[in-house]
Amino acid sequence: MTITDPSAFGSQPSGEDDPSVRLPLVEGASEDFSTVTDAVAGIAEIPVERTNRAWIICFAISVSLLGMLGMLILHLITTGVGVWGNNNPAYWGWPIVNFVFWVGIGHAGTLISAILFLTRQNWRTGVNRAAEAMTIFAVVCAGMFPGIHIGRVWVAYWLFPLPNQMAMWPNFRSPLLWDVFAVSTYASVSLLFWYMGMVPDLATFRDRAVNNTRRIAYGIFSLGWTGSSRHWHVYERAYLLLAALATPLVLSVHSVVSFDFAVSQLPGWHTTIFPPYFVAGAIFSGFAMVLTLMIPARQFFGLKHIITMRHIDVMCRILMATGLMVGYAYSIEFFIAWYGGVQYESFAFVNRAFGNYWWAYWIMVSCNVLIPQVFWSKKLRANLWVVMVVSITTNIGMWFERFVIAVTSLTRDFVPSSWGYFSPTWVDITMFIGSFGLFFTLFLLFLRFLPVVAIAEVKTVMPQAHAHGEDHGESHSAGGSAAAPASRHDA
Amino acid sequence: MSDQKKNDEIHGVVAYFDDVDSVMSAARKVRDAGYKKWDTYTPFPVHGIDEAMGTKPTILPWIVLGMGLTGMACGLLLQWYTNAYDYVFLISGKPNWSLPANIPVTFEVVILFSAYTAFFAMLGLNKLPHLSNPLHKLPKFRRVTADRFAICVEAKDPNFDADRVRAILGANTSEMEDCPVDTSRAALPLWFHAVMALVTCATFIPLSLAVKGRFATSEKPRYHVWPDMDFQRKRKTQTGWEGFEDGRSMRLPVEGTIPRGELRDDFELYFGVAQGSSVPPRATYEAGSMGGEKFEWLQSFPTAVVVDEALLERGRERYGIYCGVCHGAQGNGLGAVALRAKAIDAEQWGWVSPKALQSDSAKAYTNGELFHIASHGISSMKGYGSQITPKDRWAIVAFVRAIQASQALPKAPADLPAGVDFEPVPTIKDVRLSEASVDAPASGTEPAGEAR
Repeated sequence: MTITDPSAFGSQPSGEDDPSVRLPLVEGASEDFSTVTDAVAGIAEIPVERTNRAWIICFAISVSLLGMLGMLILHLITTGVGVWGNNNPAYWGWPIVNFVFWVGIGHAGTLISAILFLTRQNWRTGVNRAAEAMTIFAVVCAGMFPGIHIGRVWVAYWLFPLPNQMAMWPNFRSPLLWDVFAVSTYASVSLLFWYMGMVPDLATFRDRAVNNTRRIAYGIFSLGWTGSSRHWHVYERAYLLLAALATPLVLSVHSVVSFDFAVSQLPGWHTTIFPPYFVAGAIFSGFAMVLTLMIPARQFFGLKHIITMRHIDVMCRILMATGLMVGYAYSIEFFIAWYGGVQYESFAFVNRAFGNYWWAYWIMVSCNVLIPQVFWSKKLRANLWVVMVVSITTNIGMWFERFVIAVTSLTRDFVPSSWGYFSPTWVDITMFIGSFGLFFTLFLLFLRFLPVVAIAEVKTVMPQAHAHGEDHGESHSAGGSAAAPASRHDA
Repeated sequence: MSDQKKNDEIHGVVAYFDDVDSVMSAARKVRDAGYKKWDTYTPFPVHGIDEAMGTKPTILPWIVLGMGLTGMACGLLLQWYTNAYDYVFLISGKPNWSLPANIPVTFEVVILFSAYTAFFAMLGLNKLPHLSNPLHKLPKFRRVTADRFAICVEAKDPNFDADRVRAILGANTSEMEDCPVDTSRAALPLWFHAVMALVTCATFIPLSLAVKGRFATSEKPRYHVWPDMDFQRKRKTQTGWEGFEDGRSMRLPVEGTIPRGELRDDFELYFGVAQGSSVPPRATYEAGSMGGEKFEWLQSFPTAVVVDEALLERGRERYGIYCGVCHGAQGNGLGAVALRAKAIDAEQWGWVSPKALQSDSAKAYTNGELFHIASHGISSMKGYGSQITPKDRWAIVAFVRAIQASQALPKAPADLPAGVDFEPVPTIKDVRLSEASVDAPASGTEPAGEAR
């Protein structure tokens, strides 16, 4: 029923193109439910003293950066937002750039989980958990920036429609308020989606637990899940509903973020293409971040047979496709600026490419449009070093895209007397670096202690999961042995 | 009887299976045997098991739909109440309530409600969290979340018969056991109860403080959680400071100087008396005499003020802003404040009705006295000297003289042009107060504001 050839992908990328043959989603002839469970659960069950050295080094760096971020936030709150480079005319500087950057990255997770689930793209099962985790951590980083940008963080609750002694309500016709609703809904729904997907896998961890601490911790969070089929029935329906709800949500969030810009009058911002353009860019940057994270993770934690070269190949193609969409948006912006005949618009776009910030614009174009074109080549899609470099340059390019949009427009508006030049301060730069510390600290903790791969979902796409399948009949050794899968599956 | 006893001791019979096919065929048999209290346990959702078990479709989608619609109603209501009803925002002259602008937030609230409902209703329908399940006590059952399948027929089922169940399940199973009823009750340590009791009590502290703040009065100033810019390193006006010799934080003008705009050398213009005569005190006017002293009040207007149409127009405008609210637009003493004061019978608290400016006593004042009254007040009227410039006060005096000459005449003047209707302007006694404006306080109300 399926050809199981582990060498078909990865080492020899050519010769697997028979469309009538579906390649297995989990590679390896001997893989069964228990080996998949062992491979994923084994990562979280490694004893503390045998933790992967690379993990420890990465975690130490991330936690240091996180500590630095904490000190910088303290400095910002006690001193005021003047420690940033934001000033007339660019009151939206790096904080909004970083916010949009992180929110954009946070889109791939829900896209993989929800949209690919609804479209029955079964390959998503290998990467969706990690992508969802990435989404939540990216949204945490994103939410931080506007949170501290409001200046008096202790009155952040004014963002929400709460009754207060001033008898005032927020303005529901402001895109900034829509953003509060969109991002907070997105964050909490993504969290639910992620957690709900994890409940069965946490139950697996609980049942494999070797000590009481683990049994109690995983036991509480797995809510007493037994794997009951009646529970699975309701659970699957709830999962489908969440996917159906998250799909329009993920499209709405970056559309609303783009409204922050598009609803204003500023040349360069006031364009109707922004919502689809932002969503495509968000998916683009999100997939780049998934690749950046998953390539080292599968290498270090022995998940090459679950997160296969086929996953990476598919994601590279998506990266290229969304990169082309973004490139199309860049060109159509220029066309509309010329075709619209508004001198301010024309100036804004010519200024982007050839004005003070020409360097940022061309970094953006080369990273987002030109470099991903290497993925036309199958050979380069199979070369992990190339994939890694392109995914990182894509994220650099997408940061610059937001920088170009926010800063070039603000510093060159209608009246030359209100022109300016934005320069970041050391706090801007170190805070952005610190936000990576926050992101990677959370992600590394996730890698170490939670099910990195949706174990139950991966099992559903294995051939043995279907009735009337081949009877492999081999007896498994009783579960609980924390094998070291990394060595076993290395080619 | 012995069977019955046995049924009380076991939770159910558990059979284990190694692959999907065998668990599916066993599930069909149990379903066909007519059991209700039983379940299949699998490490992942098995395709087709619902049909094999005879599971009915869940009502979850309908619950989610209902809550999604509730979310839509709540989102719209929230925006309508906050922005179109309770605190109206006027944005660029657009309608107060315009649906397109409210779609994004409504959409997000629909998703929020639906998603939370999907998750929590899933937990509710599955009766999760359910941490003390007897099945968790079986060591063999732990592999069910990894790579094994199980069926448990519970003893609670009315048709339960352990031997028959074993016979049904036995055909495909690789292993079978009885699940005992969980009689162990893990007692929590005593310190845990103590800590939880303390924590529970502590959670009431913020609430009780809020309740106290709501209902108790306090002499102490408000507690500043976030002082913001309330306290700054500076001295405020009219406070003391030991840093200066005289102990004041404010500085006096240098001796022999007059601040810009403070020179009052034109007595006629600034005080309403003849040049060089004694200056009346800045006190509320007392009819007849000002502390027994006689002043040389100006009969006409100061030389610095030219009475012409522009001045009268200015006076009419200023009068409308400052005076008409009490004295009425026509000077008959029937302004909105006067009517309200009459409606609530404010005289019982010492309120003096605004004078009808056409009255003989008002006409008897000299221009200088009117100017002084406008500047410093009379009886319950406060002075307007700090709000209205001297020239504008003179303009008001001129306008008052004009309405005295033209309004509330007892009978039609002889030189009234033909075709003009004459109607005497009503006085306060003639005004029949409408029902709505009468809001008389209850008879027992104490005179709260009498001193003010």
